[in-house]
Amino acid sequence: MTSSASALVDVQGLVKHFPGERAFFGLGRPRAVVRAVDDVSFAITPGQTLGLVGESGCGKSTVGRTILRLIEPDAGRVLIDGLNLLTLGSRELRALRRRMQIVFQDPYGSLNPRLTVRQTLAEPLAIHHLATGADAGRRIAALLEEVGLDPGFATSYAHELSGGQRQRVGIARALSVEPQFLVLDEPVSALDVSVQAQVLNLLADLQQRRRLTYLFIAHDLAVVKHIADQVAVMYLGKIVEWAPAARLYAAPRHPYTTSLLSAVPVPDPMAQRRRIVLTGDVPSPAHPPAGCPFHPRCPHPKKDARCRTEPPALREVAPGQLAACHYAEEPL
Amino acid sequence: MTEPLLRVRDLKTYFVTEHGSGTARAVDGVSFDLYPGETLGLVGESGCGKTVTSLSVLRLIPEPPGHIRPGSFIEFAGRNLLTLAPRELRAIRGNQIAMIFQEPMTSLNPVFTVGDQIAEAAIVHQRLSRRAARARAIEMLKLVGIPDPAQRVDHYPHQMSGGMRQRVMIAMALVCHPKVLIADEPTTALDVTIQAQILELLERLQAELGMAVMLITHDLGVVAGSADRVVVMYAGQVVEQAPTPELFARPLHPYTEGLLASVPRLDAPPARARARLHGIPGQVPASSDWPGGCRFHPRCPYAWDRCREEEPPLLDASSGEPGSHTVRCWLLTEPQRRTTRPGP
Amino acid sequence: MTVWNWLAVGGAAVLALVAVAEIRRRAGTGTSARRFFRHPTAAPALFVLAFFVTVALAAPLVTPYRPYVQIDIARLANHAPSAQFPLGTDPFGRDVWSRLVYGARISLGIGALAMLVAVTTGVVVGGVAGYFRRWVDATLMRLVDVGLAMPRVFMLLMVVALWEHVPLTVLVLLIGLTGWFGTSRLVRAEVLSVREREFVAAARALGAEPARVIFRHVLPNAAAPIIVSAALGIGNVMLLEAGLSFLGLGVPSPAPSWGNMIADGWPKMAVAWWASTFPGLAISLVVMALNAVGDALRDALDPRKETA
Repeated sequence: MTSSASALVDVQGLVKHFPGERAFFGLGRPRAVVRAVDDVSFAITPGQTLGLVGESGCGKSTVGRTILRLIEPDAGRVLIDGLNLLTLGSRELRALRRRMQIVFQDPYGSLNPRLTVRQTLAEPLAIHHLATGADAGRRIAALLEEVGLDPGFATSYAHELSGGQRQRVGIARALSVEPQFLVLDEPVSALDVSVQAQVLNLLADLQQRRRLTYLFIAHDLAVVKHIADQVAVMYLGKIVEWAPAARLYAAPRHPYTTSLLSAVPVPDPMAQRRRIVLTGDVPSPAHPPAGCPFHPRCPHPKKDARCRTEPPALREVAPGQLAACHYAEEPL
Repeated sequence: MTEPLLRVRDLKTYFVTEHGSGTARAVDGVSFDLYPGETLGLVGESGCGKTVTSLSVLRLIPEPPGHIRPGSFIEFAGRNLLTLAPRELRAIRGNQIAMIFQEPMTSLNPVFTVGDQIAEAAIVHQRLSRRAARARAIEMLKLVGIPDPAQRVDHYPHQMSGGMRQRVMIAMALVCHPKVLIADEPTTALDVTIQAQILELLERLQAELGMAVMLITHDLGVVAGSADRVVVMYAGQVVEQAPTPELFARPLHPYTEGLLASVPRLDAPPARARARLHGIPGQVPASSDWPGGCRFHPRCPYAWDRCREEEPPLLDASSGEPGSHTVRCWLLTEPQRRTTRPGP
Repeated sequence: MTVWNWLAVGGAAVLALVAVAEIRRRAGTGTSARRFFRHPTAAPALFVLAFFVTVALAAPLVTPYRPYVQIDIARLANHAPSAQFPLGTDPFGRDVWSRLVYGARISLGIGALAMLVAVTTGVVVGGVAGYFRRWVDATLMRLVDVGLAMPRVFMLLMVVALWEHVPLTVLVLLIGLTGWFGTSRLVRAEVLSVREREFVAAARALGAEPARVIFRHVLPNAAAPIIVSAALGIGNVMLLEAGLSFLGLGVPSPAPSWGNMIADGWPKMAVAWWASTFPGLAISLVVMALNAVGDALRDALDPRKETA
């Protein structure tokens, strides 16, 4: 995961702190800082999928948006093909946006309700001077077909489409500028299971056909297992474990990953599994616990004073597997 | 077998669509039984009618635009809930049949303390004094595993996390020790570690209080872990009904089969982890325009002429006790047609 | 009232009908027009507005007299409605119908122009506050708070008292510049909520420059409540102008406005009810029509209202 020359996307030491609202005229004393993303680093090789998982509020969506500079990060570097995105001026940044796109979770909120599907898809072509007129029409039809929609949908408005169809339009919009890298921010979690399977299959096909690189953000570990090559687990703004997917699911080293995996319901009533039920809630990222951020909920029997005072570093605990736990050598 | 606690027969709940241009047959002839002490899973995708079914049981359907058709029948403790006077119905709601909803934020009133809200049902139904009701509220908070219940009783909903609010909802529902708890997607809005807590809590409370639970969910994993029997709904109808182990081991309706094949599985062997999912093609039809014949036929890989023309009844497919596994599919009459499952 | 006048009035009514029918026909295929005309009061209200606008524009054709002409002060004051004076004459011997029509020019004009001033100011201030947020927002919104806390009529009365005869432009500016506070709050709230929607983030991710984001994605989705509030606001402004003119502080006599016509007629209300009643009815009719159109617009401009 450390930066490598072969990586398409290389994120180093990304930090985003949201200041609390200032009270009067923006002059009052700001309230507690929310450490949404706290020193996150990862790299993705071309054509691969990194799954970024965690519970709500862990900062995974903020990571996706800061690396596209939809939210300005406070510190860190985001290299796309060696080019640092965070130092670019607005004009250069807009040109570079062709190479990286985002698909959102909410198929209702992510399409402008006042535009038809054609207008939605023509806009990126116009912004980047890729096609106009009849040429644009042909490309839009081809895009719709590629995402499995009848080109007749071009004249529809978003509210005339089902959730799955809207999500396909959102994917077509992202593909219209021929990006290399897609941030998929919970792209299937708002969909019904039968439709979710269709969209997951589509994403897999597109990745193969277009050699796309994915950052797949999700809370559903089963979905991530299905699509990811590498998996990073986030807790309170930090990556707590990182491993190739097969390894993470077979032999998790961080107690949080272990508990998370054991909590996922499996559609098999005969499955004999040890379920670890964590106590308590995720602490507020405005007041993260001292030491290891997971220690108040940690079920590890060796938990001790060190966990409460010394934050564990993310370190290699097995070949290719990193975990931020003092006792990662003795997994649960 | 014991007598069912709740008996739903041929329930039809229709809605007039906006401006009266059509009728949405959201629930269209649903029948099932709920036995004392069991957990019945009601499964289906959005628009299948599972939530409308649960709301109809307590007659919580907004009228208009909705109405429960004459001929529908919901029997609880020997009485038809659909013909009860509003006063008698209120005595049952929240007292003998209670309900919890998906959204713990919007289902709690933000201007009252959680203690007041839990106590309310006890005051209304059991005529407890304020002081006794407050003591009961603290006791309930303790029961649902909220730390420091004596302090928490005076907190407002916004001071609590999502998981805590769902616990409060459960405390409110259980304050009168109901015989039936209807839980409509109780964990959908929650994170997976909190979901595990709530499911475990529901399981424990059910064992302690001996109530029957109707668990409405879209998540087959939740059903597999919690339900004794499962009712699968599609397009306003029950399409399959079986004991949980039986349903997962031997799904007979092509829709049930398709749903199970659609879900990416955490327990998939690594070799199959990245295989294509066998989803169900197409999408759920609109409730104002169900397809003729079998309602699943446009999406069914096995459909033949009969499926397009004739609506199948619920057919008995039980291997054990008669009626324990029923399926609404013509394949039962011609099982040889199942052999060729077309590719994804 | 000559035959030609009557014919012209009839012509104006026909023209208004045709205009409404034409709007309906042209927009007939659009879904938002369908939602608009689904309101039973929408088409009649539109007709009322079209009719008043037409006669106001064609005032010299539909009226027999200039509005300030005192036909025969001795014999033709307080003349009851008749074929010659369809709405009667006022205590000064002027034709009420003629004054009503010319008054429509002033009353409708002041209403529309003042609302334009108010909406423009409100959109700019609200848009700037919502888009730039932080201290710009804080400063502008405190200013708006101050504006909202001032008693508007009292303020108007004070300023108007500076002139003996208030010029109409001053009146329009005064009413407009004291009426944008609410609009700016509305616009700010809309802009704030729309800019957080994911399609705005998607447009930015696609490389759209700020102007495109604002004009194509943010403002069109914030426009509906602004248009609706403007339609409802014109009615309010007209009532305000009528009130001021009634008090003798608005449009100065002898120029006709519906407000000062009521004022002119009301001392003789007992013997000549028509001089005050007809302009009063005109105000009520137009304000009701504007409210109906505003309500219908509210539904028409919301694409989510569409169902099968």
